[in-house]
Amino acid sequence: MMIQLKGLHKTYKGAQPLHVLKGIDLEIKEGEFVAIMGASGSGKSTLLNILGILDDYDEGEYTLNGTLIKDLSETKAAGYRNRMIGFVFQSFNLIPYKDALENVALPLFYQGVSRRKRNAIAMEYLDKVGLRDWASHLPNEMSGGQKQRVAIARALITHPQIILADEPTGALDSKTTVEVMQLLKELNQQGLTIIVVTHEADVAAQTNRTIHIVDGQIV
Amino acid sequence: MIEIFREILGSLSRNKLRSIATGFAVACGIFLLIILQGTSNGIIHTFEEASAHFSFDAIRVFPGFTSKPYNGIEEGRRIKLDDTDSEVTLSNFPNELSSVIAQISHTANAASFGKNYLNNVSLQGARPATQDMEAIQLMEGRFINKIDLDEQRKVIVISDKNREDLFKHGERAINQQVRIDGITFTVVGIYKDDGMMSGNDFYAPFTTLKTIYGKGYDIDQLQLKSRNLDTEEKNDAFERAFRKVMGAKHDFAPEDRSALWIRNSASENADMTKAKNILHTSFWILGLLTLLSGIVGVSNIMLIAVKERTHEFGIRKAIGATPWNIISMVVLESIVITTIFGYIGMLLGVIFCEGMDYYYGNQTVDMGFFQSSIFVDPTVDISTCIHATIVMIIAGALAGFFPASKAAKVKPIEALRG
Repeated sequence: MMIQLKGLHKTYKGAQPLHVLKGIDLEIKEGEFVAIMGASGSGKSTLLNILGILDDYDEGEYTLNGTLIKDLSETKAAGYRNRMIGFVFQSFNLIPYKDALENVALPLFYQGVSRRKRNAIAMEYLDKVGLRDWASHLPNEMSGGQKQRVAIARALITHPQIILADEPTGALDSKTTVEVMQLLKELNQQGLTIIVVTHEADVAAQTNRTIHIVDGQIV
Repeated sequence: MIEIFREILGSLSRNKLRSIATGFAVACGIFLLIILQGTSNGIIHTFEEASAHFSFDAIRVFPGFTSKPYNGIEEGRRIKLDDTDSEVTLSNFPNELSSVIAQISHTANAASFGKNYLNNVSLQGARPATQDMEAIQLMEGRFINKIDLDEQRKVIVISDKNREDLFKHGERAINQQVRIDGITFTVVGIYKDDGMMSGNDFYAPFTTLKTIYGKGYDIDQLQLKSRNLDTEEKNDAFERAFRKVMGAKHDFAPEDRSALWIRNSASENADMTKAKNILHTSFWILGLLTLLSGIVGVSNIMLIAVKERTHEFGIRKAIGATPWNIISMVVLESIVITTIFGYIGMLLGVIFCEGMDYYYGNQTVDMGFFQSSIFVDPTVDISTCIHATIVMIIAGALAGFFPASKAAKVKPIEALRG
């Protein structure tokens, strides 16, 4: 089992405590391509943040590929994120002053891989997403679809156990949406576990399984 | 480590304007620090050079006027020192003094050689011991000797400065006849003018002056050479005891300071050392304060830069940067900026100081073997540069620390939400 959630609760503390996740139980097997759907405020982004170890939770258990993810120090969380998870965001989140190659190579920098080696690997992955010729371009010189493919290459470079994609096509037009979804499908066929958060039904339709969240619970 | 520096240089060079703005303050701070150091060194070196031919064991005593009634005698009486005072002084303070010389002087209206003349020449009655006492450096010829004294010869030793005034055509001054108020003296020696005082003093034999100008037994000055007076307390105690002895002999109150004027070069030297230290310290403090304002500037800009880069730090954390990665990156960026621009500032400062040295260094009076100048070697040495480097690295780390800890607290989810 790749992902196992048992009775997950999350409350945002504050003047008005907000109980966002109300007991989530979820299992995702290795090699699955899953879509998480829900209205805004349903808790789907919170769930994704917890899955991505960007946020912690109050109750329950989260096991990622056999590793219990709970009460981690920031340093440890950073290490797990680096090695186990690949992120793809709606707004791409590339570093604006780094070119495509450097952006893709950055996760390896935090693994202590030498510059020459990580640039060589990054070039391979850029090639995989069809952007070899764009290696030395800055993000603002590329189209949305290209930027998202750079982000996908960056997510892949550390051989993560799962890919978490938060509205990966939210900022793309319909043509590039198809391209990006095609790329994700190909990666899934190569055996990668992919979880996509989306509110677009036709994006969700291209995955193997769709999970609906309503008001902090899976229905 | 090299990898981290590459990463930092990458981010700095891609944000050139910000980096330069940040570094400018530091460059200015270090530049001023170095110039202040150079200037203070210049002043201190001038002090030191001037005091190099200055004997620190000389005490001069001049007679004054009483300011207090004593023993039934009214105040305002003129004290006269005479020949016997030198022996009395020496016999009273055998442990504190190594020698005592009575001196007379006479101010002549003019000294001339051919058409060249000098006004208000001060003739000093000298003995062979005077040379040692006043730390006179001879450049040519000889000083007053015992035969001059015994025979009351009319010979003089003049300063190099006065030689220039009297012998304008570069004649050899030694053995030339100089007329002083109608009396002819033969030049036997040239001494180096220390630039501080007494450049217009002509030294003639004590006995000659006494006879020519009818000085009788009165003397104008007692010159004492002290020994074992190595602390301020000992000097003070000696001066008190000396006033007591002289007061008993010449009828004035021992605490009447105006009856005898005492110039003690040992305490003057102590004052000068103190002044030198104060100067040095205050210039460092000024420099450091200037630098501090530079550091606060760096810290401020780094803080803004960190805020601007919240999103970037969020991305870095999401893909695996630990808080330590972020802190070390920001602190090292700050250190790199302060050090690079600090060195630019330091280099400019050193160049400026060398320029000062070149410019003012040429304004010396060249006298063959010796030079006299007003601003000696206003440069900084390597130890100042090393200190400044350490200061810069610490400064950079301090300036970067607060922004860095702020950057490390960035929560990736919040940073990525925008």
